[in-house]
Amino acid sequence: MTAIAAPHTGIYHAVLGWWQGHGLPVWIFDAIWMALMAAIVTAFILLTVLILVWLERKISGDIQSRVGPNRTGGRFGLLQTVADALKLLMKEDLIPRGADRLVFIIAPFLVFVPVLLVFMIIPFSDRWVVKDLNLGVLFVVAVSAFPVIGLFMAGWASNNKYAILGAMRAAAQTLSYEIPLVLAMVCVVVAAGSLRVGEIVAAQRGGHWFVLRFPLQIAFLLYFITAMAEVNRVPFDLPEAESELVAGYHVEYSGMRFALFFLAEFAHLFFVSAFCVTLFLGAWQGPWLSPVLWFLIKTYAVMLVIMWVRWTVPRLRIDQIMGFAWKLLIPVGLAAVLLTGMMNVL
Amino acid sequence: MPALQANSMTAALTPTEQVILNMGPQHPSTHGVLRLELTLEGEVIVGCQPVIGYLHRGIEKIAENRTYPQFLPYTDRLDYLSSASNNLAYVQAVEKLMGLEVPERAQYLRVILLELNRIASHLVFVATFANDLAATTVFLYGFREREPIEDLFELWTGARLTQSWIRIGGVAGDLPEGFEEKARQFCRLLPQRLEEYDRLLAGNRIFRVRTERIGILPPEVGIDYGCSGPTLRGSGVPFDLRRAEPYEVYGRLDFAIATEPTCDCMGRYRVRMEEMRQSVRIIEQCLDLMPQGEVLAKLPRAIRPPEGEAYGRVESPRGEFGCYVVSDGSAQPVRVRLRAPSFYNLAALPRMVQGWKIGDVVAVLGSIDIVLGEIDR
Repeated sequence: MTAIAAPHTGIYHAVLGWWQGHGLPVWIFDAIWMALMAAIVTAFILLTVLILVWLERKISGDIQSRVGPNRTGGRFGLLQTVADALKLLMKEDLIPRGADRLVFIIAPFLVFVPVLLVFMIIPFSDRWVVKDLNLGVLFVVAVSAFPVIGLFMAGWASNNKYAILGAMRAAAQTLSYEIPLVLAMVCVVVAAGSLRVGEIVAAQRGGHWFVLRFPLQIAFLLYFITAMAEVNRVPFDLPEAESELVAGYHVEYSGMRFALFFLAEFAHLFFVSAFCVTLFLGAWQGPWLSPVLWFLIKTYAVMLVIMWVRWTVPRLRIDQIMGFAWKLLIPVGLAAVLLTGMMNVL
Repeated sequence: MPALQANSMTAALTPTEQVILNMGPQHPSTHGVLRLELTLEGEVIVGCQPVIGYLHRGIEKIAENRTYPQFLPYTDRLDYLSSASNNLAYVQAVEKLMGLEVPERAQYLRVILLELNRIASHLVFVATFANDLAATTVFLYGFREREPIEDLFELWTGARLTQSWIRIGGVAGDLPEGFEEKARQFCRLLPQRLEEYDRLLAGNRIFRVRTERIGILPPEVGIDYGCSGPTLRGSGVPFDLRRAEPYEVYGRLDFAIATEPTCDCMGRYRVRMEEMRQSVRIIEQCLDLMPQGEVLAKLPRAIRPPEGEAYGRVESPRGEFGCYVVSDGSAQPVRVRLRAPSFYNLAALPRMVQGWKIGDVVAVLGSIDIVLGEIDR
């Protein structure tokens, strides 16, 4: 498991004391400490993604009345994803001839890195958070809007018509759904009276989860729907739309570069679910079990629902998706913000 | 209105280019090796040109170098999802030439085989149509339901897909032990399952907005293009050869011709769902009414139909499948010409997708349910 220790914990101070005893500057220590934390978070997320991919395949198998992976790694195919990842690692590094090489190479990182960055503010428990920024929610909004640039670069640099169509869809969809997503978050911020994630969690103390407070159910639904669109899952998987665009923006990617997109997608899924839990479902708070366990249980529950939806419904068309965002979600979001504000005043 | 003017100004100044997108022949949704040359303006289709021939095997030409019974297995490979209807169209033409009378039991057996084939084919349609709209789960459900039919074929004919069981003068063999029981069991189960899948698809709002009022085929246009089968019946034209020109024992059976007046993808989907239910009824009636007797007529040792020409037509799951045979009295046909319903249905595709979006092309193409094997021949 993780050992994401906040900078104010005992270990930090103990090691810092030893460091300062040798007369070394604090900022170097902080940089090393941050790098270490980042490595731990990254490792944890990668591990989670491995589990998620396996889980998704098992669940889809279950829904489709088949078995799913059952050979690699025992009866339940536990090592299937590891084997797949190894295969991708060993693939030839392929860049299409007409591609814009530089953009093609950096695009997957631009998608992957922001998705990792946002985990910085996720409180896995009362103490396990990398940094509880005082503008945490704003940070999430800012950073999670970033990957779309990477997606667009990937589609553009591939020099492929399917890829560029996928990239256009990704840009249009992500930008449209960002707005209701932010509106849903604004409702929570208004209700909690703070942009700091720690205080949003504190405001839900004692079982007063935000999802139970009156107008916030609307925000919760709004968040849930837009989150699915943000992670490009059916019914909102237009940018990838296998049956239309083959694979969309990453059609030309293979090997490790493709794996980065794949990782980013599942890491993003993990993030939106974790953030959903943080904003609406009382974060790590719960009786008897340890906070981290509670947090993970809730997050996996949210992810299960998202997977369940994915394997049940068909896909919408691009104009229907855009219409849904602009004609329904945004007005509802505005109304929800207004309502939450009014309830706060009353 | 200065703002509006500015808008139209920028629109005029921003040059847009039409893009030609090659969809296929390797594409997950072109149902084989079809190539569509789409002319796009953004996501909107302004032109669509189907390009066929990637699966051409020269089957019509091959026929001229085979004896009459030898050619039969080739017809399996035309519409490979319902080989029995291809077999029958060819066999009908040859039987007409020879003036053969088929034993009654064989006629019933043929109908059972045809209708099982129809259900199997329509189940593949439901599966792939749903898959094209990203309802991946229904894809597997459809194929799972099809499995018992393939098992029945295997039990009866030894083959699952390319049965070649309909022969000149009858069928190759009678029903095996235990077939009837299994077939009845399947007939009981299928309607319930269809109900479930219909709820999963047609009961879903997303599925409805993706199929309703999409890909309109007006009835007169459909007739002009020579469309047939569920594609035409989905436009409200009650044309079904099983009724219009009954062959085998269809004239004696009680079943309804499914039509939908909506002319859209949903209409074509509903027609096929209803046809499966009707097929179940037909199979059950056949099992009840079937007399005992021979299954193959007495045939001369070498099949040499007298000089002449004949046309056999069958309502395949895709429409009118026709086979025109010319004989000069020798053991090999002079000319065999095949009328593949998918070919004509595909011809209407450009009309149906004009002005719609890429996602709709996939939906419409899925809804006319083509098989490239019979188009390219």
